[in-house]
Amino acid sequence: MVNRFAFKLANVNGTGSASANSLLMQAIFRMGIPVSGKNLFPSNIQGLPTWYEIRVDRDGHTARTARFDLMVAMNAETYEADIDEVRPGGWVLFDSSWPLKPSFLRTDVTFLGVPYANICIENFGAARERTLMKNIVYAGTLAALLDIDMDVVQGMLAEKFGAKPKLMASNAKAIRLGYDYAKEHFACPLPIRLEAMDTTADTILINGNTAIALGALYAGATVAAWYPITPSTSVLDAFKELCEEYRVDPETNERRYCILQAEDELAAIGMVIGAGWNGARAFTATSGPGISLMSELVGLAYYAEIPAVIVDVQRVGPSTGMPTRTQQGDILLCAYASHGDTKHLLLFPGNPEECFHFTARAFDLAERFQAPVFVLSDLDIGMNDWVVPRLTWDDSYRPDRGRVLSREDLEALPKYHRYSPEDWQGVAARTLPGTSSKGAFFTRGSGHNKHGGYTEDPDEYREVMDRLARKHWTARNFVPPALIETRPNASFGIVTVGSCDLAVREALAELAENGLMGDYLRVRGFPFGPEVESFLRRHDRMFVVEQNRDAQLRSLLTLETGVAKAQLFSVRAYGGLPLQADQVVREVVHQIRETEKERPA
Amino acid sequence: MSYIKKPSARNPSLKPNALGLTVRDYEGVMSTLCAGCGHDSITAAITRAFYELDVPPHMVAKLSGIGCSSKTPTYFLSGAHGFNSAHGRMPAILTGASAANRDLTYIGVSGDGDSLSIGLGQMAHAIRRNVDALYVLENNGVYGLTKGQFSASADPGSKSKYGETNPQQAMDPVLLALSLGATFVARSFSGDKSQLVPILKAALAHRGFALVDVISPCVTFNDHEGSTKSYRYTRQHDQEVVEADWIPPDFVPPAGEITADYAAGTSADVTLHDGSVVRFTKIPEGYDPGDRDAVVSYVRRKRTAGVVPTGLLFLDPGGSEMHAANRTVATPLAQLPYESLCPGAAALDALQRSYR
Repeated sequence: MVNRFAFKLANVNGTGSASANSLLMQAIFRMGIPVSGKNLFPSNIQGLPTWYEIRVDRDGHTARTARFDLMVAMNAETYEADIDEVRPGGWVLFDSSWPLKPSFLRTDVTFLGVPYANICIENFGAARERTLMKNIVYAGTLAALLDIDMDVVQGMLAEKFGAKPKLMASNAKAIRLGYDYAKEHFACPLPIRLEAMDTTADTILINGNTAIALGALYAGATVAAWYPITPSTSVLDAFKELCEEYRVDPETNERRYCILQAEDELAAIGMVIGAGWNGARAFTATSGPGISLMSELVGLAYYAEIPAVIVDVQRVGPSTGMPTRTQQGDILLCAYASHGDTKHLLLFPGNPEECFHFTARAFDLAERFQAPVFVLSDLDIGMNDWVVPRLTWDDSYRPDRGRVLSREDLEALPKYHRYSPEDWQGVAARTLPGTSSKGAFFTRGSGHNKHGGYTEDPDEYREVMDRLARKHWTARNFVPPALIETRPNASFGIVTVGSCDLAVREALAELAENGLMGDYLRVRGFPFGPEVESFLRRHDRMFVVEQNRDAQLRSLLTLETGVAKAQLFSVRAYGGLPLQADQVVREVVHQIRETEKERPA
Repeated sequence: MSYIKKPSARNPSLKPNALGLTVRDYEGVMSTLCAGCGHDSITAAITRAFYELDVPPHMVAKLSGIGCSSKTPTYFLSGAHGFNSAHGRMPAILTGASAANRDLTYIGVSGDGDSLSIGLGQMAHAIRRNVDALYVLENNGVYGLTKGQFSASADPGSKSKYGETNPQQAMDPVLLALSLGATFVARSFSGDKSQLVPILKAALAHRGFALVDVISPCVTFNDHEGSTKSYRYTRQHDQEVVEADWIPPDFVPPAGEITADYAAGTSADVTLHDGSVVRFTKIPEGYDPGDRDAVVSYVRRKRTAGVVPTGLLFLDPGGSEMHAANRTVATPLAQLPYESLCPGAAALDALQRSYR
């Protein structure tokens, strides 16, 4: 039970619990122990239930789990359900200022009561302070119960409130109150406890949205246009903050960036396309509903061949769906966004580290292929803090601007045409407005021939469309290759994508312990590279694990590769919570048994 | 048709401008619009304005949406990059383009369907943002390309070609722009080049969003009896209420030239950012082209009286355009060297100390 347990904190949103909960998670991280935190929050500002789940696992299995050893029950409204979720033999920490309803009591768990409200009334003045400090007091209790290093906690408070002595004093006092109460009244630590390790030394704690903003900053993006939407909003918040830090001239106060808060997603993508047409690296960040609105102009960018980077932090659809829950429901939407024959480049980061690198790469791909490129993250990656290796940057990197002709290049040409001649990748050279009249061309979303002129001629139209298809096909060797891990004697494969990564790896380890050996492939780019094709060819039976109802990744694989549908079994979790290993294990075992039943004896 | 090449013969009598270019160099391909279309006259005025302003064509970006009017950017400035985008989406694309390169001169060409229906939101927000651009709204009150439906600017009670009466209220882009805080609002008539060209020149010199609403009759679908956007109706009801001329910064009046006629009303000079001057002449009694509220009520009164007031109706040269508000660096963002944009590996290391 040392460094292998999970606990959940049940709170009311808008009461300041988030900072106490992330303080706990961060303290565990600083103790060098593999940890994850999942914030399950409502689409609301104040008053509704919210939960925070922390899992520690010395072997690094930090996907979400639903098996909780300890519940920190701080929301009377959800007591009953919260108490129910604790595993037999576990613990419930609650506010004993008021008696617990007898019907909530369980005999197979231990109740630990601390009179938090009373403690706060006695020790703190203003009502708001009492509410806020209650969170810090329970954090102190947990420090004692779980053996969280108090030096680490005190150090973190000092970092946070060092400049505000009054806040520092009340926070330090609150932590101590909770800690001392536990030490006096309970046997501390509990059997589930922490011990310092050294696994997180060269790692950081970061959410995917911040990592995406960093990727855009490092790739040299200068124009960002967006419309606020959960769960992507913090991409732009972070980008703005980073730009203010690194892109403002200290003397003139001038900005080397332009962030446009658009009136809607229709405009946001329009701005990105306008900026891309004009030679700036430009991007937008949105979620599913935004992609629906952007689809029209995504088709324009595809057909007119204009670079654009579109970050989609996926949430639960359809329609408004559940804005604060996670899903991988936009795979097909993004792959074929817009009317007519369109196909797009997709990048699928599986964690914040990949969010950083893939976003930077997305700008190179967008300019190289003169096309929209989607980065498909999701709420779990985007808004939760993940432990990932420290991000690195190669200072010798220079942007791949693709084929752009300068004034000198143009002068050397007898005549310039926008869409021909093409290179081996199916890409023709573009020119930027302002370069020279010789390079001037007319961009249009209407039918055009290979020179860029308006056409309604079938052959001329097809010629351009066929080149676009070739260009897209070429890109399969440029998107991030799938991640593949094999086991000796594997009898099946698991194919998955994005944030399913940790849960699937944990599931594969558990299946292997039970004699079921499986290979692993995580798709990281579309169009699918040759390594995906060959993995699919090598396995007779594969389980496609994804977080949507309609098996969208499986559909895309069957549409875009030679794999037979019957080879691909589907494992789906789409309720809006991050994937758990046990969901995968259960389903894989069940389906293996079912297929074996069908076999003749 | 657009694939028919214009004769390239040079007319030696054409006068070159300061760049040595003649007005021919500011033209585009042959128009495919109906003979007599108001839009072609506007194209000619745009061509003339750029020529007279000595703008290098390659430093212009011309953008449009979808519709008859949106076809016209191919008919002028063939030496400029053009973008015929999607229906109602040009303002956003223009905004993004301007964000990336503030050195270019932007002209957006749109129609009443493109700007007042499908793209109303985008036009409104481009005005709000005060994007530095000339925005020409070629207003004919009708959907031409889809053959004759009423547009949002069709006046209530006006008749369609097929005899239908329009029951709905008309949207007036001038009043709309004024209420949205536009810094340059003008209205003209495609048939009045002498009024339109100086307005376009002033609009191009203006720093900020310049809306020029041009009544531009549709000869095929809206030039009949009962239409309030026909040539005949417009000629009868167009009343130039404010005359304005644009005077370049280095202008020296030739000896003996009469520069202004002050007889009919008062006059005023407004200096723009580039040092050029908009000279208002024949301003009606009590009219102040810098007083937004007064202009709104004046235009309303005229409208109620059945008059289409034209001229450079409102000008606020002091408004802060998008880049000024953003404090964008002078170098176009698209041309900033990568080294000035990437903080580098060491900064990333330092930053990540706070991610522990």
